[in-house]
Amino acid sequence: MKPAPFAYLRPSSLEEALAALAGEQGAKVLAGGQSLVPLLNMRLAAPSMLIDINALPDLGHVRVAEDGVRVGALARHAEVLASSEAERAQPLLGMALRHVAHPTIRNRGTTVGSIVHADAAAEMPMVLRLLDGSVDVASVRGRRTIPAAELFAGPLESTLAHDEVAVEAFFPGLAPDAGVAFQEIARRHGDYALVGVAAHVETDGDAVTRASLGFVSVSDVPVVVDVTHALGDPAAKALAELDPADDIHASAAYRAHLVKVLAPRVLAAATDHARSRAGEATQP
Amino acid sequence: MTTEQLHDVRLHVNGSVHEVQVPARRLLSDALRHDCGLTGTHVGCEHGVCGACTVLVDGAPMRSCLMLAVSAVDAEITTVEGLTEDDGSLSPVQQAFSDCHGLQCGFCTPGFLTTITAGLRETPDPTEDEAREMIAGNLCRCTGYQNIVKSVLRAAEIEHERSDA
Repeated sequence: MKPAPFAYLRPSSLEEALAALAGEQGAKVLAGGQSLVPLLNMRLAAPSMLIDINALPDLGHVRVAEDGVRVGALARHAEVLASSEAERAQPLLGMALRHVAHPTIRNRGTTVGSIVHADAAAEMPMVLRLLDGSVDVASVRGRRTIPAAELFAGPLESTLAHDEVAVEAFFPGLAPDAGVAFQEIARRHGDYALVGVAAHVETDGDAVTRASLGFVSVSDVPVVVDVTHALGDPAAKALAELDPADDIHASAAYRAHLVKVLAPRVLAAATDHARSRAGEATQP
Repeated sequence: MTTEQLHDVRLHVNGSVHEVQVPARRLLSDALRHDCGLTGTHVGCEHGVCGACTVLVDGAPMRSCLMLAVSAVDAEITTVEGLTEDDGSLSPVQQAFSDCHGLQCGFCTPGFLTTITAGLRETPDPTEDEAREMIAGNLCRCTGYQNIVKSVLRAAEIEHERSDA
């Protein structure tokens, strides 16, 4: 289990990285490598060149502003998780990051890398999609912002063009009367989830005005289902839009069962979270 | 057949500098074992699951099988060989594994030792639950987990005893 040969470049500026990427059709970007290197080791991927962005300056930030949290391409999961400011601005970040692999993997793997790896069994692509975040990408042609709703094209496939590098992800902050929750079932903590569900609930201080659920491991791409008008039975609404599959870890029927268990539970937790936040916000 | 390009890489391991020439695809785990001669780092699954190859990179545990040697140039790496005290005696975690029979065949042990060494820096007084959480990313196929959990708790005691002495 050794990677196939590839050329290697460790640029010290983003411009250099982008020029190299534009000039080599088979090149891949290496950030944390916690998804890419296993694929190389098992020879499921054989890029002609790796462009290692770990020496680039100014991409390791976790920046909290009024509108939300901006995470640079080299910020490790562990660094995002360690930011109490980021967790205050958007509590779903911490709730979900605790379930991303093991701490050792989180020490190296990057949040932005995980998002553009676009694995529907991973937590952070779904979190970005549920929160309606976005990813900023750069190429020799310029920069653009891709909304999360337009980011995922298929299994392990993002809509980034070949010559584009994701430089930053933006997670909108949580409104004062809104709440979030996340739960997943895995065979062992740190494994890929058999099913994971996150909820994002907006209220007018008490009644739910908008509710949506995001799902892990029950579809080919991260799926978000609006359950605002299905608060009584969110799982039925969700299962109509999801496509649980059989694999070595669980049957499709068991995954559907877990959706039925987790969806109402997570929706209730997010609703409680919203009400308690709204209560705190109105206290003198 | 064309010859694969070699890269001059300067690795900082356990306080020493190793100048090695490696192809870009050389995993850090293989570079440590074959190019630096530090065979204490064990290679199990080679896709990040088992934890046997865990080393400390700037103090934080990482999988050396999921890093390329060429990408580790700016880092200070600590392997199991670097855990012993300056006088060559066993570190608190190593001593605890010996005291509590925390190793059987020993294959997974280097990854446990590095992981727990870093874990106790962050959580110097772990509860049993925290000890289990600390080692949740490492597999022991002898299934010696009970004694490994005891070893984590004992290592914390030894750290305190030594710092009080």
